[in-house]
Amino acid sequence: MKRNSLPIISAAVLTIALSALVAVRPVRAGFPNSSPPSPASSGVVKGTVKVKGTVPKPTHIDMSQDPKCAQAHAGSGATEDIVADANGDLENVVVYISAGLPADAKFDVPAEPVVLEQKGCTYRPHVVALRANQELKVVNADSTTHNIHPSPNNNRELNQTQPPGVPFSMTFAREEISIPVKCNIHPWMRSYFAVFKHPFFAVSGKDGSFEIGNLPPGSYTLTAWHEKLGTSFQKITVGESETKTIEFTFKAEAGS
Amino acid sequence: MTKSKMTSRMRTRPGIAVFLLFGCCAFGFAQEQEKENQGSKETRVGDLTGHAASGKALYRRYCISCHGAHGDGAGESAPQLDPKPRDFTKATFKCRSTPSGTLPTDTDLYETISRGIFNSNMPPWRPLTREQRVDLIAFVKTFSSRFQEEKPGVPLSTPPEPATSAASVQRGAQLFQDMNCWSCHGKEGRGNGPSAVTLTDNKGNPIHPFDFTTGTRMKCGEGGPTIFRDLMTGLDGTPMPSFADALNTDQAWDLVHFIESLSAASNKGFFARLAAKNE
Repeated sequence: MKRNSLPIISAAVLTIALSALVAVRPVRAGFPNSSPPSPASSGVVKGTVKVKGTVPKPTHIDMSQDPKCAQAHAGSGATEDIVADANGDLENVVVYISAGLPADAKFDVPAEPVVLEQKGCTYRPHVVALRANQELKVVNADSTTHNIHPSPNNNRELNQTQPPGVPFSMTFAREEISIPVKCNIHPWMRSYFAVFKHPFFAVSGKDGSFEIGNLPPGSYTLTAWHEKLGTSFQKITVGESETKTIEFTFKAEAGS
Repeated sequence: MTKSKMTSRMRTRPGIAVFLLFGCCAFGFAQEQEKENQGSKETRVGDLTGHAASGKALYRRYCISCHGAHGDGAGESAPQLDPKPRDFTKATFKCRSTPSGTLPTDTDLYETISRGIFNSNMPPWRPLTREQRVDLIAFVKTFSSRFQEEKPGVPLSTPPEPATSAASVQRGAQLFQDMNCWSCHGKEGRGNGPSAVTLTDNKGNPIHPFDFTTGTRMKCGEGGPTIFRDLMTGLDGTPMPSFADALNTDQAWDLVHFIESLSAASNKGFFARLAAKNE
């Protein structure tokens, strides 16, 4: 009895184990389980983010409470709530794939840190996009002390003092778009962190342009998020090796 | 287990049995390990173990009116309270021995329940037995899944407080300036710095920096070691940051001594001396 049943039991257990392995790793064509996705057939989504309507003019920031900030800025500090050029090209918009990726797709987290600099008592860049568990290196290039205080909903809140020249790094474990960041010492300082579990995101530049590469062919929802103007999305389909051009237009309303 | 080991063991039938047996054990062990790395469902303070079920009944009797049925701080009385009752669903706690951004230990929560939060409506719950307080903690922890997913932070140690001295206070005064403590707490420590009016807690409610001239009885306790701990851990959920990476131990004690001097000497010419020194 014992001798006869052993191979059957063994085979059964092995089969279950193997099928479990297969079950947790379904393979979708063109969709590898780790980044970078195969570049041969992958597509690109690029375009511009615009704002229409009357964009409120940036207001001057009075930094006189901390002379070290005021000096560094030579009086030119201005709010960055909505940054757009004369053509309505909108900067600091996070554009990303918000749906269409397989739920179980996994992508390697880049070893390179993303850098946030505090310079002239202003955050550079104003909007930081990074991957979950990717190192965010915070640099204090000022001669004054800052505190870096993200207020997430879905991640750990932390709040750290950073005197000049002291290195500090942090990570966020979960996807969250977006986490407001403050320096409580200098209340005009404001940044946003957009944390992604996948690599398909971009932040629009000075000319409002964005580009998301290495995108496996498929149908997706592309979302654009702006701190003041809200969220907008479009359904897109990207074919093999296709470059898709998309334009987002936000509407600036009085008082926004 | 490496692939080569697996292949060699799979060659024979008894080998399969051994592999299965060993593999299953290894899997069981891995699960145990995972449990180790996750938070523990058990609440322990000293020799006491908390039971969430018992804590639930106590919570509904003593805590629900402020902290709410869902533990989100939105109880019936909450609109009348300032500061607002803690939202347990965020698992963010002011008074901890652990680094900024990490979960408090069970003992931290026990101490908060036992001590209460000064300058707030949270009273000390010493009328409850020690067992009851530990049961309450076990229940409060059920409001956030973080307690199942994460371990508490590693508590920061508070070394013995060195004796204060004029020189230590003076060094502390310089750090108070350099670390920009004055932006919120004010040049004289009265809680009226230039950024004070802009401050909010993590729920967007206005929050006031501590006025050091009123004494050293603060939210998380009283005395030098408490101030030292507050500096090192920060008060999560508030604008008060951690100085763990910014100050070494000696500097932190200097700052503590300066802060203590603000209340001890508030009306005794200390500021006159300080002002004279600065002019």
